[in-house]
Amino acid sequence: MSRVPAIEGWFTDDEAAPHLIGTRGLESGSYFFPPSLAVSANPNAPFEDRESVQLSRTGTLWSYTTNHYAPPEPSVQQTPYTVCAVELDAEKMVILGPLATGADALQLKVGMQMELVIGPLFSDEAGEHTMYQWAPLRDPESAAQ
Amino acid sequence: MSGDRDLAIIGVGMHPWGKWGRNFVEYGVVAAQAALADARVEWRDIQFVAGADTMRNGYPGYVAGATFAQALGWQGAQVSSSYAACASGVTALSSARAQILSGMADVAMVIGADTTPKGFLAPNKGERGDDPDWLRFRLLGATNPTYFALYARRRMDLYGASREDFARVKVKNARHGLENPYARYRKASTVEDVVTSPLVADPLSLLDICATSDGAAAMIVTSMEWAKAHNYTDAIRIRGISTTTPSYPNPVIEMPNFATDSAAGLGGPAAVGFKDSIALRAFEEAGIGPSDLSCAEVYDLSTALELDWYEHIGLCERGEAEGLLRSGATELGGRIPVNPSGGLACFGEAVPAQAIAQVCELTWQLRGTATGRQVEGAKAGLSINQGLFGHGSCVIVTR
Repeated sequence: MSRVPAIEGWFTDDEAAPHLIGTRGLESGSYFFPPSLAVSANPNAPFEDRESVQLSRTGTLWSYTTNHYAPPEPSVQQTPYTVCAVELDAEKMVILGPLATGADALQLKVGMQMELVIGPLFSDEAGEHTMYQWAPLRDPESAAQ
Repeated sequence: MSGDRDLAIIGVGMHPWGKWGRNFVEYGVVAAQAALADARVEWRDIQFVAGADTMRNGYPGYVAGATFAQALGWQGAQVSSSYAACASGVTALSSARAQILSGMADVAMVIGADTTPKGFLAPNKGERGDDPDWLRFRLLGATNPTYFALYARRRMDLYGASREDFARVKVKNARHGLENPYARYRKASTVEDVVTSPLVADPLSLLDICATSDGAAAMIVTSMEWAKAHNYTDAIRIRGISTTTPSYPNPVIEMPNFATDSAAGLGGPAAVGFKDSIALRAFEEAGIGPSDLSCAEVYDLSTALELDWYEHIGLCERGEAEGLLRSGATELGGRIPVNPSGGLACFGEAVPAQAIAQVCELTWQLRGTATGRQVEGAKAGLSINQGLFGHGSCVIVTR
């Protein structure tokens, strides 16, 4: 089955060490995510130019929740599904993402180390739609890359 | 202009909350009629109509000010319509205050009503890949309770809160609302009822999370000068109104966003968090502090969020809300009763009406007419909430 990102331009589809794609303000040095939505600016440099950057692929679990009720349209998640909020150390920002497919939500604890992976969101005639996910960090070596 | 920057509340009115399934305009007309009667003024006396919008009821909902002005009979009043999600009611009130304090109007009506669908609040229809509100449902299945649960989990892992602590908020509010004629749910709850109700978003259960409701609220506000000249000697005084937006960088993940601001780079961490800053602005305007409050109406979208608010409005330090709750201080009869109306636990949320309803309740409390839920000798009250996309909403009233 062909793989297509569920959303264009938010993450690199490099299975070994995927990254979120954000932007960095050239004046402020602040980071922004997601890259394609004009959701935030640093008021000290509101009109600055931004460069596309790969964000840190590991971080600290800020919070998490497992959802047990079927969400409304246009959601595609099957219950139960878990949403994680992970704080990136260098970027000093929290980013929401699904828990990695197959990971055990009962093992989660605020403060644990997490890493970015790519997994399936849903499939249709166009193929498997992939999404970035947060997984408990297994191999400290891979975090350094 | 007298230089008095306060407003007088001379009348309030509500349509009972419920799941009535009728057009939202009908509810608004009932609330308007009640507020006018309470204020002893005629509809034709209203010079400015500030409508709080609803997004779920088509075009009439987007232009609520005009919709209600038409439904009550066009009489040439000036009008505004405000949308700020859960904060819409106070944004409308703020618009009325600007008219009154600038001397452009003496008497204004602030009004909001909603008819809500069953189940989760969902984004607007259509493929909208550039709308974070649409994308959070599509990519994450992140409903509103998902965000509430993230905050609740933080309280558990940081402060040792338990699901029983959260349940005690529901038990308290359910008891407060038992005799409130405008509340949708008037039924006592036990801790066991709450923790054994179905999990929605762990650690929050169905009874931890507020429902969505139909309802309407309206109030009549005037300048202090006008109120005095017309012998409203016991009018309740609005001392502060906050519609604060966050200060960068906001470190808390807010609906409907995928990410917080980045605290790296220019500006560093913000000195004051968003929820703290909402109340702070209103306290500054009012010239009073948390210890002066007799009661508070805070937005208990979830039980755990009520505990967050205790800290954000300064009733206790960070991490101490569970202790304050357990001490009984926030119950009727305690030092600072919170949600004497029964809160959203008893009402469910009727989005554009809710922030106005909070002020209606404070008005009854300060008048001493909140039968069955009266905070004895109430002299000052605060209402607070927060609207999607960074809308603060806080009102401070005194006798």
